[in-house]
Amino acid sequence: MKSIKKFDYYTILEKITPLIAVIIALLVGAVVIILIGENPIFVYKTLFSFAIGNRDGWGNVLFRATPLIFTGLTVAFAFRCGLFNIGGEGQMYIGTFLATWVGFTFTSLPAIILIPLCILTAAAGGALWAAIPGILKAKTGVHEVIVTIMMNWIASSLTFFLVLKFKATATEAMEAVGAKQMIPHTIEIAEAARLPRLYPIFNFLNIDFPAYNQVNVSFFIAIGVAVLAYYILWKTNLGYEIRAVGYSPLAAEYGGISVGKNIILAMMISGAFAGLVGTNEVMGFKYRWRQDLFTGLGFNGIAVALLGKNHPLGVVLAAILFAILNYGGAIVNIFTEGRIPRELIMVLQAVIVIFVVISDEVVKRLIRQRRKTV
Amino acid sequence: MPEIALEMKDITKRFPLVVANDKVNFTVYKGEIHALVGENGAGKSTLMSILYGLYLANSGHIFINGKKVNIANPKVAINLKIGMVHQHFMLVPPLTVAENIILGMEPIKNNIFIDMEDATKRVEELSKSMGFKIDPKAKIENISVGVQQRVEIIKVLYRGAEILVMDEPTAVLTPQEVEELFEILKSLKKQGKTIIFITHKLNEVKDLSDRVTVMRKGKVVGVKNTKDTNQEEIASMMVGRKVIFDIEKKPLNLGKTAFKVDKLEALNNKGLPAVKNISFEIKEGEILGFAGVEGNGQTELVEVITGLRSASSGKIFLYDSDITNYSPRNIREDKIAHIPEDRRQRGIISEYTLAENLILGSHYRPPYNKGLSLNFTEINHHAENLIKNYDIRPSDKDNLLKSLSGGNQQKVIVARELYGEPKLLIAAQPTRGLDVGSIEFVHQQILNERDKGKIILLISADLEEIFSLSDRIAVIYEGKIVDVLDPKKTDEKEIGLLMTGSTTNNKLSKVK
Amino acid sequence: MFGDIFNAQFFSSSIRVAIPLALAGLGGVFSEKSGVINIGLEGMILTGAFTAIAATNFSGNPWVGVLAAIMVGMLLGLIHAVTCITFKANQIVSGVAINLFASGITVFFSWLLFGETQIMAKSSLPIWGLPLPNIGEGSVFVRNLIVMFANYSPLVYLTIIIFVLSHIILFKTPFGLRLRSVGEYPQAADTMGVNIVKMRYIAVMTSGALAGLAGSFLSLEQAHFFVKEMSGGRGFIALAAMIFGKWTPFGTAGAALLFGVGEALAMRLQGVLAIPVQFINMVPYLLAIFVLVSAIGRATPPAADGIPYEKEIG
Repeated sequence: MKSIKKFDYYTILEKITPLIAVIIALLVGAVVIILIGENPIFVYKTLFSFAIGNRDGWGNVLFRATPLIFTGLTVAFAFRCGLFNIGGEGQMYIGTFLATWVGFTFTSLPAIILIPLCILTAAAGGALWAAIPGILKAKTGVHEVIVTIMMNWIASSLTFFLVLKFKATATEAMEAVGAKQMIPHTIEIAEAARLPRLYPIFNFLNIDFPAYNQVNVSFFIAIGVAVLAYYILWKTNLGYEIRAVGYSPLAAEYGGISVGKNIILAMMISGAFAGLVGTNEVMGFKYRWRQDLFTGLGFNGIAVALLGKNHPLGVVLAAILFAILNYGGAIVNIFTEGRIPRELIMVLQAVIVIFVVISDEVVKRLIRQRRKTV
Repeated sequence: MPEIALEMKDITKRFPLVVANDKVNFTVYKGEIHALVGENGAGKSTLMSILYGLYLANSGHIFINGKKVNIANPKVAINLKIGMVHQHFMLVPPLTVAENIILGMEPIKNNIFIDMEDATKRVEELSKSMGFKIDPKAKIENISVGVQQRVEIIKVLYRGAEILVMDEPTAVLTPQEVEELFEILKSLKKQGKTIIFITHKLNEVKDLSDRVTVMRKGKVVGVKNTKDTNQEEIASMMVGRKVIFDIEKKPLNLGKTAFKVDKLEALNNKGLPAVKNISFEIKEGEILGFAGVEGNGQTELVEVITGLRSASSGKIFLYDSDITNYSPRNIREDKIAHIPEDRRQRGIISEYTLAENLILGSHYRPPYNKGLSLNFTEINHHAENLIKNYDIRPSDKDNLLKSLSGGNQQKVIVARELYGEPKLLIAAQPTRGLDVGSIEFVHQQILNERDKGKIILLISADLEEIFSLSDRIAVIYEGKIVDVLDPKKTDEKEIGLLMTGSTTNNKLSKVK
Repeated sequence: MFGDIFNAQFFSSSIRVAIPLALAGLGGVFSEKSGVINIGLEGMILTGAFTAIAATNFSGNPWVGVLAAIMVGMLLGLIHAVTCITFKANQIVSGVAINLFASGITVFFSWLLFGETQIMAKSSLPIWGLPLPNIGEGSVFVRNLIVMFANYSPLVYLTIIIFVLSHIILFKTPFGLRLRSVGEYPQAADTMGVNIVKMRYIAVMTSGALAGLAGSFLSLEQAHFFVKEMSGGRGFIALAAMIFGKWTPFGTAGAALLFGVGEALAMRLQGVLAIPVQFINMVPYLLAIFVLVSAIGRATPPAADGIPYEKEIG
């Protein structure tokens, strides 16, 4: 019985490896900040107090966390099937663009139809784009990592081509000063395709919340999708099959599970999550597609998934942490008049990923070592 | 007192969950053939891996020719003139024979390049001196297992080994090849080499060794002069109790012909024919055993029958219904159970719990899958039942399969496959790597199914197993059935010859 | 029309596109031959590209830039090696982390040191005007080819030397034999006294050095500037080239050249046919997918590729 207690202690350690990685990364960040010649305590204090010290900060953090939850789930879900879907970027491009297109094309539809239609289109677009590497993997065995990356670049070119087709005409204000559209963007989606922001809800509840804050209903969609991902993976027959394929394709095949079918399905579900990024960025925020709308969200999803240990709950928490760093980093950048580049946060994220991976392995080994003496 | 070549003192090695060597003392005289015997998992291979520097002992000392040594890695062992032929050959398949032999000790020309000519010459000389015919330029992946073993022996001699460790060298050989190997080892002994011979086959101990050390559960339980002991004594030392060699088999009670394979053909992973025009029938209540050297199409044959590989031509019938090229799921629905040869890769999902593993294959059906989600009440109930009935340990249904011993993992597979009264049971290498207790258990389960009137197809590389279970023996060689024999009217020698493709004129028996 | 497209400039630009792919792909060959997948090539190229420009601008000497790019590539290779070999972490995860790290660190230092994300090279590598032999005078095309070949930057010639050397190292020396055996069957190599960890460290760091060199070619020689994310998926295309080239140096070089020709052809065709530029830009990525699919069943990776070596299994 004594041994069981010891074992539990290490299981807890295993669960909190991400925390260790975050602390190490923050220490590395502190060293960098000192090298730049700034005070790390001041920097971190500013970062956290602005990000989570008040309701406006929290709103901004959740707004930024929303797309990361989607792309984090993208990576996590595919990972459970043994797939490395690092094409979240491309899948969200396609899903989001198509949703935008629906939003500015079927303008006569009422919100009750148009909003679900846009959401479904976003998911379908992402699923479609992810199906291609899925099918290639299932039918020919081509490794999905390279294909999904290539699909990112193809998606980027394709949407660039499409955005020029649906380019908005210059506004009067721009014409007046003779400005050109530096970054091409489409016309705006219909009012009926827009997701409400959270401000009216807070207002209704008599909670003081700034009206300009961009956090919107998409955040709840993200949470719902996280719950859905959990339910599919651990409570359904489909999840049983997907995880079986992920752990052991040979045993799955032996157990009458179609490996190819599950690979394609897992990729499509995973891609659908990525496509849903459009609910936040377009339907809840910009209301139109801008070619450079989101850079790196797909890749940050990888970091979020790894930090969240590929579990939906972990993904939500990791996305919020990364959003805090992102938003806080931007604030710090302004506060230090640019002396602390906001890219410091990108470096911290990468350090977190590396240490999460290493500390995971170290703890695994520690546990095994401990068990030797049991 | 003879001169001592090797002495291992108080060697202890701990692995997660198990103490593989517990204060082991092991002494080998110069110029002897010393058998090291014990069950699977007794710690023989671990001890030899420590001697060869592959594992580091937690405590203990090693003396070579009376001198204390510290063997931190295989390089040290090689320098101490210790050579090891591993159970799984340590040969790199896409490289040539010569390249494999010189690896790590390459002859050099111009200070930079490998001198391949010199290497080829030295390999040729060595194989000539042993009387082997080996092409140094052949790739390992293109030569037979028997020849590969000879390459391993040359590899060891190339490094000037004086102490040779042979880890279960006969496991992959036919009876005839075993005889040849024994001649080789005896001639090496004559040359003054010291040989340590790991095995769990007791007749080999008798035929070959001068002395024998017996291990059980990580400890040495006895050292004997081979001529002063007998198989029964060694066996009871190995297992710790008296062993019944023959299982009781009830008289044959055949039903109607129920399973039929007709002119079946299939390709292997490389796209080459692996199953060639195979036809056979099995009756209810009968065990048909397939004997053969591994890699002669057995794996592919089983895969075709179970839907894991498609047949290129031919038919498979179960009770008159054509099940050729059914999907694995359809095959399971037709009540065909399969104990797969690759237990770890195919048979279980080691990261799944017992409960999850016990529904693999029927997970999508009621009562386990109901409506939109899995029914965990049923799944857990099912698991608790099977764990109790088959005495699976530890008995927690939420344990991951990877934390179970090989024997208990196999129990999980057997429990799952036999649940729901299958009509046909296919058992491929069902006891490989198991301890005696588990072997007895699995054999008893297979015989129970036979006595219940089920159709049983057994595949095994272990001739003893084939003989003790089968009602008829089919010998498979290069994808073809070369003969079908009655086990009561044949012997291991005849089967062994057939397994290597040579047909005998003086057949003891022939059954249809 | 044929002559318009396939002129000497066409071959010249093919080779210039191919060089970074070939070098990085060769890095992939070294790493994977030893059994370590290196998805981090992309990030190593990017960091190499940035370092080359930064070090050139600070020192005024482009060779310092090239050297610094190689060193930084090796450093990232070392990180990958520590994570994958010493800590036995998932090799793809580690590679992805290195890519993330590279994206961040290059822009971070770009801001910190230069205050912008696009940096112009202050000096570039010389063009080596090799003495021209008096051959091929009869044909303008052949003559142009010779002139073109004599006027490359030293990095082009260096690349050719590196490939010949790599072939010899991998297939004619004890080091190469050991490296290949480590990637195919590390247990066997271990029993023969080969130090698996050492071999893999050397291979992965070599791979980083080559990717760093590829990055320096990209920024110093092709673009003459650094801009964020300028590697543009080349690390992954290089991996496709490596697979198509069956994990051999010359095969990889050939596949890289194929990509060079493909991209050069697409650029040429753009002038001839009215294809939107966005579709031209897709060509290398489509080509990579196509190449991967066609390599299936034809090319087998080293057997132990991607599998950490566990000495004691128990």
